[in-house]
Amino acid sequence: MRSIATIFRRELGSYFLTPLAYVFIVIFLVMAGAFAFFEGGFFERGQADLQPFFAFHPWLYLVLVPALTMRLWAEERKSGTIELFLTLPISMAAAVLGKFLAAWAFAGIALALTFPFWVTVNYLGQPDNGVIAASYIGSFLMAGGFLAIGSCISATTRNQVIAFVVTEAVSFLFVMSGTPLVLTFFQSWAPGWLSTAVADFSFLTHFSAITRGVIDLRDAVFFVSAIGLFLFANAILVDLKKAD
Amino acid sequence: MIKVQHLGKRFGPFVAVEDLSFAVTRGEVLGFLGPNGAGKSTAMRMITGFLAPSQGTAVVCGADVVKNPIAVKRAIGYLPEGAPAYPDMTPAGFLGFVAHIRGFHGAEAKKRVALSVERTGLGEVLHQPIETLSKGFKRRVGLAQALLHDPQVLILDEPTDGLDPNQKHEIRKLIAELAPEKAIVISTHILEEVDAVCTRAVIIARGRILADGKPAELEARSRYHNAVRLGLPRAQEAAAIEALNRLPVAGIEIVEDGEGRALMVFPKEGAAIVADIADLIRSHRFDITGLRVERGRLDDVFREITGAPTSPASPTSKTIH
Repeated sequence: MRSIATIFRRELGSYFLTPLAYVFIVIFLVMAGAFAFFEGGFFERGQADLQPFFAFHPWLYLVLVPALTMRLWAEERKSGTIELFLTLPISMAAAVLGKFLAAWAFAGIALALTFPFWVTVNYLGQPDNGVIAASYIGSFLMAGGFLAIGSCISATTRNQVIAFVVTEAVSFLFVMSGTPLVLTFFQSWAPGWLSTAVADFSFLTHFSAITRGVIDLRDAVFFVSAIGLFLFANAILVDLKKAD
Repeated sequence: MIKVQHLGKRFGPFVAVEDLSFAVTRGEVLGFLGPNGAGKSTAMRMITGFLAPSQGTAVVCGADVVKNPIAVKRAIGYLPEGAPAYPDMTPAGFLGFVAHIRGFHGAEAKKRVALSVERTGLGEVLHQPIETLSKGFKRRVGLAQALLHDPQVLILDEPTDGLDPNQKHEIRKLIAELAPEKAIVISTHILEEVDAVCTRAVIIARGRILADGKPAELEARSRYHNAVRLGLPRAQEAAAIEALNRLPVAGIEIVEDGEGRALMVFPKEGAAIVADIADLIRSHRFDITGLRVERGRLDDVFREITGAPTSPASPTSKTIH
């Protein structure tokens, strides 16, 4: 546990050693705002809620999260520090979790900094703060899902750009798997249970269920198990690819 | 303290290390020699638990690296090839991180870092990002990290590679200071280093051990071992060769190398001829420019053992006898 905390601190600190942290946070906030105001009609719809704000989170994460995760393992492999890192007396689980949790905490910081939206709607009206809290939790869980995918893919390559692009593509599939674009493709030939299964993997479906205000345990379990699965694959991939 | 048993590693069809066995005890500095790609780094990576062996194992301070890699990692101080360190961090931050990971906290961690910094002379760059440091300082950061927990076993992959002569000297001095109470393995392809710091040398090539002995023993395998190098004017060469042939010599060569032109006199097996040659010089009044008994050349032994074509002593050496 102590080594997870140490790795966590180093990784989180390393975001702030470069301009990455500040660039990321600023762009995240600007884009979150721009989507909510211009695309979502934050004011025009005349409702005191954060629905238009949260509705764009999957797309925001899709674009930005790979930038957080691409360096996690690819950079260690490229610079050779992975040999140092993995010959320290730590378990593979601690290594993977420490890095992932640092990225997740960083995403959490960025998300928490969107609080002015919450302040604004509370100033303008009486929103259902329960729904907003649920949406924040849902958004945070979904960010974890994207980060786990990104961390896993970062372990497959020494090249950060490849890690970025592949993470983008895989994340896109997970976002879109509940939409007609992907589903009609499956429905045309796959048995019903398969297209249902594919639809069930959709981040979008599970996230919008949460933003409607009901944290169904199943939606939370979905994200947590997606994180677990990708981190498990992550650990195996690091072990397989570390010497390349 | 280190026992390597039938260690082997395959990458697909490629055999990187094959059936490697040796042991290192406290007080020994084992030099791991071999051409590039011989399997030195791969062997070290297996001993330190970075790579899982395809066969065999290594036991370090009683812990088996296959069964209990974390215990092995705790016991070893390891400097990987190229001394990697996180470029964005400062040596202070980096060493603090390593101290915490190795289970030191608070005042104990500070003390360990301070001691390590002092030993490696990092004081002046402690708060500069590692990426801005010179090669020598980077190497020292890697060493400081390896020494931090005062390990019983030190494994250093090319600790002086790419350093200038002063830096090399400093690192060798440090290794020599540490040697009495530790078991140390260093890999190198710089042969002078073996003479400078190692108590034992293992030569490997293509993944196999080809020789294992004290540096002096390896040197004794050289054809130049106990040969006498005699420098004298060209005009006297013929007379000298004629006189020398009456001694128990196995051969005489004229060598021409960086030191100039000289006669290389190879004694018959086990014969000590330098005193006789000295007498001969006096009685014939040769105007010698130099007289030296060769210890043997590690690089010749190295080339011979590792299968590269053994070059003659010089481009223009010819056998006379």
